[in-house]
Formats: sequence, C-alpha cells, structure tokens
Amino acid sequence: MSNSSLAQGFLVKQAGMLSLIQDAGRFGAFNLGLTNGGPVDLLAFQWANRLCRNTLNATAIEISVGGLILIAQVDTTLAITGANMPLTINGQTKGLWRSYHVKAGDEIALGFATQGVRCYLAVADGFNITPSFGSTATVCREGIGGLRGEKLLAGDMLACTCRDSHQNTHNNSHKNKNLILIEKLRPAYTDEIILHTVPSYQQRHFTSYQQRLFFSTEYTVSKSFDRMGYRLEGQAITCDVEGILSEGICHGAVQIPADGQPIVLLNDRQTIGGYPKIGAVSSVDTAKLGQLNQGGKVHFEPISMEQAHNIFHLNLSGFNRTELVTCD
Amino acid sequence: MLENLNIHIAGENALIIYFGEQDGSQVSANISAKVQQAEQLIRKAMAQSLAPDIIDLVPSYASLMVMFNMMTTDYHQIRNQLRTLLQSIDHHLKEQVNHDEANIVELPVYYSNESGPDLSVIAQRAQLTVEQVIELHQAQEYRVYAIGFAPGFAYLGEVDERISAPRLGTPRMKVPKGAVAIADRQTAIYPRVSPGGWNIIGLCPIDMFNAKATPTMPVNVGDRVKFIAISKDEFFTLGGTLEVSYE
Repeated sequence: MSNSSLAQGFLVKQAGMLSLIQDAGRFGAFNLGLTNGGPVDLLAFQWANRLCRNTLNATAIEISVGGLILIAQVDTTLAITGANMPLTINGQTKGLWRSYHVKAGDEIALGFATQGVRCYLAVADGFNITPSFGSTATVCREGIGGLRGEKLLAGDMLACTCRDSHQNTHNNSHKNKNLILIEKLRPAYTDEIILHTVPSYQQRHFTSYQQRLFFSTEYTVSKSFDRMGYRLEGQAITCDVEGILSEGICHGAVQIPADGQPIVLLNDRQTIGGYPKIGAVSSVDTAKLGQLNQGGKVHFEPISMEQAHNIFHLNLSGFNRTELVTCD
Repeated sequence: MLENLNIHIAGENALIIYFGEQDGSQVSANISAKVQQAEQLIRKAMAQSLAPDIIDLVPSYASLMVMFNMMTTDYHQIRNQLRTLLQSIDHHLKEQVNHDEANIVELPVYYSNESGPDLSVIAQRAQLTVEQVIELHQAQEYRVYAIGFAPGFAYLGEVDERISAPRLGTPRMKVPKGAVAIADRQTAIYPRVSPGGWNIIGLCPIDMFNAKATPTMPVNVGDRVKFIAISKDEFFTLGGTLEVSYE
C-alpha cells in the first residue's frame, strides 16, 4: 500500500456516553493482572468487520448508549451493527447492518439506542491504533488500550487507511460494492433472554435447593451494569461459604456475593477474585446480556459442558455460513 | 500422579486446577510452589504442542485457571492433556527447595505516619509501637501468591499475625500509587491510584506496573519479596512523591 493512501482517518466531533476502541480482546497478559476487554457483543462486532471485508479481529469502536459523531477525513467504507441507534450520514437517515462508502467531510452521527445498548462501528482495514500488550482493546479501569487507555473524547483522531471507491473500479468492481446483512438474519435484541450456564467452580457449595432456586428464578438487570459485569436482582441465593481463596475468574462467571444477588462477570472483570461462583454463562448468551438495559429480564438455564460446546459451534457455523449480499 | 490434583470446570472455555487439600482453601508456600510449577510446565507446553489450544493461565494461591481455545480443542481433550502433563510434578516438593530457587526482589518503603495513615491504628490494636510494626513488616520474606485485581497488583503473604488487619469498614475512594498496605495477613503495593480498603502503612517509590518498561513488573508469581525501610530523602531520590490526599 502506498504512503499516500495512509491518510488521516476520522475526527471525533462528539464522543457520546461511552465510545471505546476495541479489537477482539487482549489475551495472554493475565500474568500481569490484565483482563481481556474486547467487544461485549462479540457477534455484532464480528458482523461489523465482515461488512467491511475485514479480518474478524480488526479494530472498531464500541459505542455504548449512543451519541457518537465522527467526521470522515478520508474516503473509505464503514459499517455499523448492534443496538438500534438512529444513524445519519450528512443528516440523512440510514440503516444499520450494512456498509457505506463515505467521503472526506462526511458527518456520521449516532443517536441514542432505542433497543439494546451497544453498537459497533468498523471501517475498512480497521482503525490503525498501536496495540498495548498485543491488543488495541480499551479497558478504562486499567488505563490500557485505545488511544490513551480511556474512552474517546471530542477532538480525538482515529487513523485508518484510505479506500478510494473509484480506485478499483476497473479491476475489482465486485469487491468494491457495499454489503448488507438481510433483516431476517440479524440478531434480535429483546428485553428478556435465557442465559445458558455451565454449573462450575463452587457449585457444590450451593445446596441442590439453592441451585434449583437459582435456575428457576427470573432476575432483573439492576442499575449496576457495565463492561465489568451485570449485577442482577431477584431471589437471593445462599452459599455454604462466604468467601474463597482468590482464584481465576473466567468470562461469564456468575459470582454470588454475600447479599445473594448474582453478578455475571464480563470482558472487563478482575482476573482473580474471592467470591463464590455457581457457574459460567456461555459466550453466545453473554453477547445478548451485554445488550440488556436496567430492567431487562434473564433466566439461567443449566447446560453441560458438551452442550455449551455445541451451542458455541452451532452459532459459529451459522455465522460462517450466513452470506452477506451486495447492495448500493 | 498427583493425588490432590483436581481439575474442575470453570466455564465453557476454562478449567480450573485446584492444588492441595480441601480444593484450594489453604494458603501455603508449598501449595503455591506446586501452582507455580504447574504453570511453568503448561507454559512450556504452550510454546510447543499446546500452542494453539491454551490461550492463557491465571495462577493464584492454590489454583490455576486454564483458558482454552474452543476453535481447536474441547474440554475432554484439554483435561486429558493437562492430566498427562502434570503427572510429572513432584508432589513431595519441599518448600525450602523452592525458596532457594525463587527470585528475591527487594522493594524500598518509606514507612511513616504521613505516608502510612493506618500505621498507628495497627500499632494500637497490636499493642505495639509504630516502630515495631515497621520492624515486623520488614522482618520476613513474602511470597507472591497471585497477581490480579488491577494490573500489577501482587498479593504477598503472609504478614506476621500481630500486624494482620481487617479491611477498612469504608474503603477509601482514593489510595495513592505505591501505597504499601495490609489486609488480613496479606500485604500488597497499589500499582496506581485506585479505590481500596486495605490498611496503608507506607509508600514504595518503585513502579509496580509500567506498560513501557521491560519487564513490565518487578515481580512475578512465585517470587520472594523483601521490604527495606528508606528515609524520606531516599524516597524522594528514588522518585517518590507525597502530594497525596487520603480520601
């Protein structure tokens, strides 16, 4: 790629509530106490990259709640997926789940989500951000990743490569066409979900009665929900032990603190902790959980490790088999 | 075969191996040494045969969490591979042997009432003088049992029972970077400004986590740490600052 194609990128005109640079996450730095970060709704993130014909790990922006406005300083292609946030390009209403060619000077604005919490904005080839510890994922609590280890601010410049839409017209016109994920194949974001959960960790420290209570109760998302974890409200669950020796916490682990109200731990969780855990939610379902707002309803449903494996691979092959179609 | 090796499920892509008795509820240097040995064995295998299959490890006091790659392996296969691999751990490992091999890291601390607002409370509770508390904290070598909570936060154990102290009833909103603190029989250094409920007894001018430095951290799990008292002047010379407010 010639140097001339390495133009500036996008200017953040308005950062919104919480907009974060994210790739697929940081792996291999647990020994330093660094957590994974990465997109809470991995599926929507991957769709945004596929719509831009990127690798699935390309750096994008996770927009929580909404309010991001970008000004393009290059000609390129972008796509936005995820929560239902009103999108305008130069003031014109546009749909999500498809790619668009944008030109230098274009204004891309996202309103506030009417359903779901998080959107993903990808650009062709990904944003060009210097990785920290092997990843560009921003974890604000750690001050690691992104531009400065924190959320985007107005005035930030997000570098990306220029993809002049006329450049390839003769050789490769098909590869230059915009892509769309047709509506019936898009994930549906609802206010009520099932969290398939593998019983694990301190499961045996919960009596079978407590476990039945846990798996038959409807829980509500409390006001404390973020990228670290979702604190739920409902039937309190008691454990035989109050605390344990601090140990590694995996993604999706369901922690039961002394008040008995479950917390599902997500991407920005602490890597170790000392509260008992009753199980861990499958990644397919944590992606859905990450789109729930306060008041959202969840049910936990126990599954075996084999079922978790099957759910993961069925979803993966579904994703891989689903074809995007070209559009104007 | 390790009699006390228990491999449990953590989540869809993670297993947790518990070492020692009662499924990892006991703090001991011996058990921690086994965790460390298992971690080293697995890391070695990750560079070779298990390269794509194991993504990362979280060693802690008496457990080792293994995160695996669901694209290349599954729970049964990885559990069998771990069993085979860990058979070679010497379960008669002597605590002393490992102490000799462990890396010893000396960390300077400016202990004082101005840098350690909880020193006097600990002294009063233990019916000791502040000087004796400082003396006891330096008197022994600590083992790095785990790193977590925040980048570079190393859990060191165990402090003399006399200076052990419960966490504050109300955590501080702001604990300064470098704060040397005690919670129960654990001690640690806050790598950066953060909220925290541990009892602060001094300040360490050394960076516990510097993303731009190599190595990023002065300690690893399994290392031994010794605290050395320094004067206020030495503290400043080593780059320490005192413009802290304990909120």
